[in-house]
Amino acid sequence: MNNTSSPDQLTYNYKVVRQFAFMTVVWGIIGMSVGVIIASQLLFPELNYGPFHFGRLRPLHTNAVIFAFGGSALFATSYYVVQRTCQARLAFEGLVKFTFWGWQVMIVLAIITLLMGMTSAKEYAELEWPIDILITLVWGSYLVVFIGTIMRRKSAHIYVGNWFYLAFIITIAVLHVVNSAFTPVTLFKSYSAYSGTRDAMIQWWYGHNAVGFFLTAGFLGMMYYFVPKQANRPVYSYRLSIVHFWALISVYMWAGGHHLHYSTLPDWAQTAGMVMSLILLAPSWGGMINGMMTLSGAWHKLRTDPILRFLVLSLSFYGMSTFEGPMMAIKTVNALSHNTDWTIGHVHAGALGWVAMISIGSLYHMIPVLWGTKAMYSTKLINVHFWLATTGTVLYIVAMWINGLMQGFFWRAFDEYGTLKYEFVESVENSGFGYAMRAIGGFVFLTGMLIMLYNVCMTIKQSKEEKQTESLESKTA
Amino acid sequence: MDINTLRGIATILAIAGFSAVCYWAFSKKNTKAFKDASMLPFADDENDQPPNDSKTEELKNNE
Repeated sequence: MNNTSSPDQLTYNYKVVRQFAFMTVVWGIIGMSVGVIIASQLLFPELNYGPFHFGRLRPLHTNAVIFAFGGSALFATSYYVVQRTCQARLAFEGLVKFTFWGWQVMIVLAIITLLMGMTSAKEYAELEWPIDILITLVWGSYLVVFIGTIMRRKSAHIYVGNWFYLAFIITIAVLHVVNSAFTPVTLFKSYSAYSGTRDAMIQWWYGHNAVGFFLTAGFLGMMYYFVPKQANRPVYSYRLSIVHFWALISVYMWAGGHHLHYSTLPDWAQTAGMVMSLILLAPSWGGMINGMMTLSGAWHKLRTDPILRFLVLSLSFYGMSTFEGPMMAIKTVNALSHNTDWTIGHVHAGALGWVAMISIGSLYHMIPVLWGTKAMYSTKLINVHFWLATTGTVLYIVAMWINGLMQGFFWRAFDEYGTLKYEFVESVENSGFGYAMRAIGGFVFLTGMLIMLYNVCMTIKQSKEEKQTESLESKTA
Repeated sequence: MDINTLRGIATILAIAGFSAVCYWAFSKKNTKAFKDASMLPFADDENDQPPNDSKTEELKNNE
């Protein structure tokens, strides 16, 4: 990826955006492949082999898709959006390079250590303390670069997309530092600075805000640039974007308690988590409606533009999962859904439907600009990818709904003597069909990503060939 | 202080904060500023037509 000669306008640093954009696709494929493997392992336990068993691969999958795929997508798009909406080049060249290489090294270290079984056992924060320190350094640099670039802006205003990106960067810094606080024992082992229920509460304050800020606020920043840009019209209501921004970031902070319903967490904290989760529906839908309505009067573009289709469908999934989430946070619903596959389905409605699809749409928009060519190599293949991604996501979610409801009802069924009607293993036996359907859905989604990689590589090749012909023509002329 | 007093104060502060954001977002004097801000994604590209003017035209074309 040494495309230093390509179409950098003098002012913008596109090199780092190209690097992160390409790695987004690569890490996406790796992370999702691991996902397909662990989905198959649940179906065929004999696929667990040596260190490559479910227990080690599962955190590898979540770290790879959230931090490697999602993280790279956020770095790429935030660096791109902040430059173009501020009309300023990224500040602090050295730190920018450090964020890219530091992040990639972090991911490689994560893969190695998780496979070796090193973990601090906190969900989505499994990495051991030396890696935690590296993350802190990279993230601090990211914050400095982002604020430095905003300070260089030519316009009086800071575009709302950058507000979302900045909120995401600041909050993740706070969450990571607080939740990962540790006492090291050896180089590869540490213990949490907190204990018992308090540890659980801090973990899920972190965990849910990782969803709220990493997987939502950051990607809303993406949405506020790429949806208006691809539809070629400004956002539906800038005012709504301001109101829902402040509402979203102030309410998300308190919702984490819903992960600990019916636990040793004090009752009032559980109820507060539930109420705040219900309130969250309003600001979440504010963003979804704002994105959707940006298309009013331009709906016909969906017929011909699969990139716009990706962006709009991602908003639909965002709306759907931010409705489902508050419902699942209600304690009585949670009594049914907790610990079942329904939760996994809900997460993937957000992860595949919202996070992945908005990233994919944004990348398809960005990649031709980054490599200085007119359009992606094949629009037809984008369309194929769109349908594979949609089919895969729907198969996945439906499979998990079926399994989740079945498991929930099996576990709480009593016979006339008041004893449990089913043994746990009976719910496992009945999960086979759903697991098969889920593995197929995941595989279909992964296939779409492979097609994307091909399309991206061909686009890069095409831009290089264009440049060669250009230089030949200028020589002969 | 009773914990419930604190809860009451927190609720009032949250309402006040939300009202302030709404007032700021919807006040007349910010209309132009927000309109300018919403055009920032299109500021750096000569190839893009300024979409705000074409919005109504496009609507007509669709009918």
